[in-house]
Amino acid sequence: MSAKKTASPLSTEGPGHAAGATLRERPAAARARGAPLPAGSEWSVEAIAAYDEAIGRVAADYGLDCYRHEIEIISAEQMMDAYASIGMPVYYNHWSFGKHFLATENRYKRGQMGLAYEIVINSDPCIAYLMDENTLPMQALVIAHAAYGHNSFFKGNHLFKQWTSADAIIDYLVFARHYIAECEERHGVEAVERILDACHALLNVGVDRYKRSPHLSLEKETLRQKEREAYLQAQVNDLWRTLPPHLERAAEHAEQRFPPEPEENLLYFIEKNAPLLEPWQREVVRIARKIGQYFYPQRQTQVMNEGWACFWHYTLLNALYDEGALSDGFMLEFLQSHTNVVYQPPYNSPWYSGINPYALGFAMWRDLRRICEAPDDEDRAWFPDIAGSDWRETFDFAMRNFKDESFVAQYLSPRLMREFRLFTVLDDDTRSTLEIEAIHDESGYHALRRQLSEQYDLGSREPNLQVWNVDLRGDRSLTLRHFPHRRRPLGQSHLAVLEHLACLWGFTVRIEEQMSDGTGQLIAERKCEKRRRANE
Amino acid sequence: MTVRIVDRRFDSKNKSSVNRSRFIRRFKGQIRKAVSDAIARRGIRDIESGEKIGIPGKDIDEPQFTHGHGGVRETVNPGNDRFSTGDLVERPESGAGAKGGGSASPEGESLDDFVFTLTRDEFLDIFFDELALPNLVKRQLARIDEYKRIRAGYTASGVPTNINLRRTMRGAAGRRIAVGGPHAAQLRTLEAELRELRKTRAEDDPEIVRLRREIARLHARVEAIPFIDTFDLRYNNRIRVPQPSSQAVMFCLLDVSGSMDEGRKSIAKRFFMLLYLFLNRNYEHIEVVFIRHHTVAMEVDEDDFFTSRESGGTVVSSALELMRRIVAERYPSSQWNIYGAQASDGDNWNDDSPRCRELLESSILPCCQYFAYIEITEAEPQNLWLEYERLQATHPGHFAMQRIAVAADIYPVFRDLFKRRMPEAV
Repeated sequence: MSAKKTASPLSTEGPGHAAGATLRERPAAARARGAPLPAGSEWSVEAIAAYDEAIGRVAADYGLDCYRHEIEIISAEQMMDAYASIGMPVYYNHWSFGKHFLATENRYKRGQMGLAYEIVINSDPCIAYLMDENTLPMQALVIAHAAYGHNSFFKGNHLFKQWTSADAIIDYLVFARHYIAECEERHGVEAVERILDACHALLNVGVDRYKRSPHLSLEKETLRQKEREAYLQAQVNDLWRTLPPHLERAAEHAEQRFPPEPEENLLYFIEKNAPLLEPWQREVVRIARKIGQYFYPQRQTQVMNEGWACFWHYTLLNALYDEGALSDGFMLEFLQSHTNVVYQPPYNSPWYSGINPYALGFAMWRDLRRICEAPDDEDRAWFPDIAGSDWRETFDFAMRNFKDESFVAQYLSPRLMREFRLFTVLDDDTRSTLEIEAIHDESGYHALRRQLSEQYDLGSREPNLQVWNVDLRGDRSLTLRHFPHRRRPLGQSHLAVLEHLACLWGFTVRIEEQMSDGTGQLIAERKCEKRRRANE
Repeated sequence: MTVRIVDRRFDSKNKSSVNRSRFIRRFKGQIRKAVSDAIARRGIRDIESGEKIGIPGKDIDEPQFTHGHGGVRETVNPGNDRFSTGDLVERPESGAGAKGGGSASPEGESLDDFVFTLTRDEFLDIFFDELALPNLVKRQLARIDEYKRIRAGYTASGVPTNINLRRTMRGAAGRRIAVGGPHAAQLRTLEAELRELRKTRAEDDPEIVRLRREIARLHARVEAIPFIDTFDLRYNNRIRVPQPSSQAVMFCLLDVSGSMDEGRKSIAKRFFMLLYLFLNRNYEHIEVVFIRHHTVAMEVDEDDFFTSRESGGTVVSSALELMRRIVAERYPSSQWNIYGAQASDGDNWNDDSPRCRELLESSILPCCQYFAYIEITEAEPQNLWLEYERLQATHPGHFAMQRIAVAADIYPVFRDLFKRRMPEAV
């Protein structure tokens, strides 16, 4: 088969260009430009500032549009702190962050993992953390990667623009932290923890996938928070209060469901409709939901975003090298780190754990540039509208308007599939063997691309659950419906999650599975009856 | 425009400490069990360090809705080296991947365990919790040693109040001699020359004028050497050293006859640990002597002390006799503070018990700071206990005894001991 002749992903031709690359000859003309930047491995504040300025200048030459940024230097321990709270500089307190901290610390001390080189926060100004243990070349790499690469992606990509408010997130986190601390004082740490545990369990079914969330703003949040408390509570009470008089008419309305349309955002539904939550509990649910929503775009654009940042650190630093500003030693250290990051182990390697988003993303962006600059016949056939176009414009368009799923569907080229030697495996539990459905050959390209794209669709990665019905006139039970994707059942943990859901809802909760004929079959139930005395 | 660079390294380090303590509080049950296993593994002397703890991963899971196994799954993988379209492949063992969990790592902890390290304080906290120690005692035991500041030579930097005048002036004088020396020597020769010349020549002779000018220049240079310079300043240096007290030896006497099972030994171990911890707070240097006995006593190392088990009868006095002999040979009571801790299940030959009392009363208690006896049993007290009760009456504050069933009963044994030390400590 033809595929065997293609280069492996790490050959000089391949996506990991750097791996086999030797230091290129510097163009003689460029040599004169740009004074050499500080060398050596020890960093200093002045050196970092010098690098930042140089990288910023090159980035501007390429037309990268970034938020202002700020660099913060932190120690390894602080890096672990930041890790534990998902990289956010301010966060409310919760035991699970302590758990993550301990796990990270333990693995770090055992040498099982190096800390991430960087954490970057999608805010305006964008904050990039540098760890003080890193060498100067590493700091330069991180600046190019985070402060210019990720930063420009945050600013340009439509998902981030639409879903997150970079100018308000820090303020909102501060608000959240204060509010939760206040609740802990008023109602006790355990009561708050109970609600947060439940919210965390439901986070991945607590996002709006299609609606746009309104802008966050600290003033608005604080101003409206009190108001909202009262209003929401009134709403909820209303819903339930009107029930008894209509009991006799229940029969004729029995067919009507509440909500009339299935609701995908479980946490939102609870915040608005859970009958027994106190106002402060609703607010806590809202906070957890809002922050979860903020991270949603990051999960949808991992390949693009990381690939984009890798592409730019690689391109920017090479541009500086061509100018003569960087030493050969610097470049060797940089290339070594870079190569480690974008390495893709093959499926049968002991280190294999799925496709490395850095490797795939970096390879795709480089490939895209190649298609624009040096297209061959295959590229012209597959990408007629971008082959030979201006790569900066094409990049800009791709970066702004796609997410992983559509990015792969649009831009994964046959050449790259050959280089990665991709193949799909079909695992059907009704058959005794696995089947190789498509490989990197003429007949398989389309199937491979469709399949890989689907793999990055969060909708198919996570089970699809919707709020199906609330028994308003009966036992107030809440029913979720699971719409199985290709017959895949729910994982075992759904029982534990149901427990959390029951705690928030206060009455019985159920999960049904949608059968092929459209009816629901009960798969799990958690009885609960938490009425307050006044209601009885 | 230059970028804003903020150095946050010296900001508060323990942002996660609240989260960490919440985690520990929440899983106290599991952690306590793990600590209790750890104590069984540890030596008495290394009670003071942190501990790596593993608790079952499934207990602390954060559940989410996920896909389960089954149904149709299709995955894309890189690195094809042998497959063509339509190939059928055997399903690998254990579902999706060859990388199944659950295998044990070399350190013997299951990979599924959630492993982390407790700090020394967290570890002691849980250890004390089990022993039901009063808070005051906990504080006293957990505190870091007090330090004393002692003088340790001189340094070149410090605060003005610590300037040492003599050292400073000596240094200044030395520097003036060293720096001014060559000039002074030259001055002397020039002056001698001048004296010679004045004998033969007139005062306004150009040579004499030149000499005078040269001499004046040298004088100016010597005078320009500062009398005292910041370079000369010396300060008294003080360093902190742990408050020394003196040395102590702790005798652990354990009955290893057949009736002492693992549970009882584990309680005995905590009893010894607590005494060790107490001594460690109060003495700079501690030695521990392990004596185990059934019908005969032997001095052993710590490993043998807790692990071996022998059957047969019990002669308690053999251990006391050995302790007396070791004290006499190696630990003169003029140089050592001697502490004894004895754990037993109370069984003894009837006619041996009076002899035990006699040994304690005549030769051991007089040279001991404190002797504690615990009887780990639920049965009726036997003659050893009765004999010892007589001792307690005559040696209050010196001798403590307690019958215990669980670890929390240990503290009362030491109550007097801690009470006595408290005023010094606080």
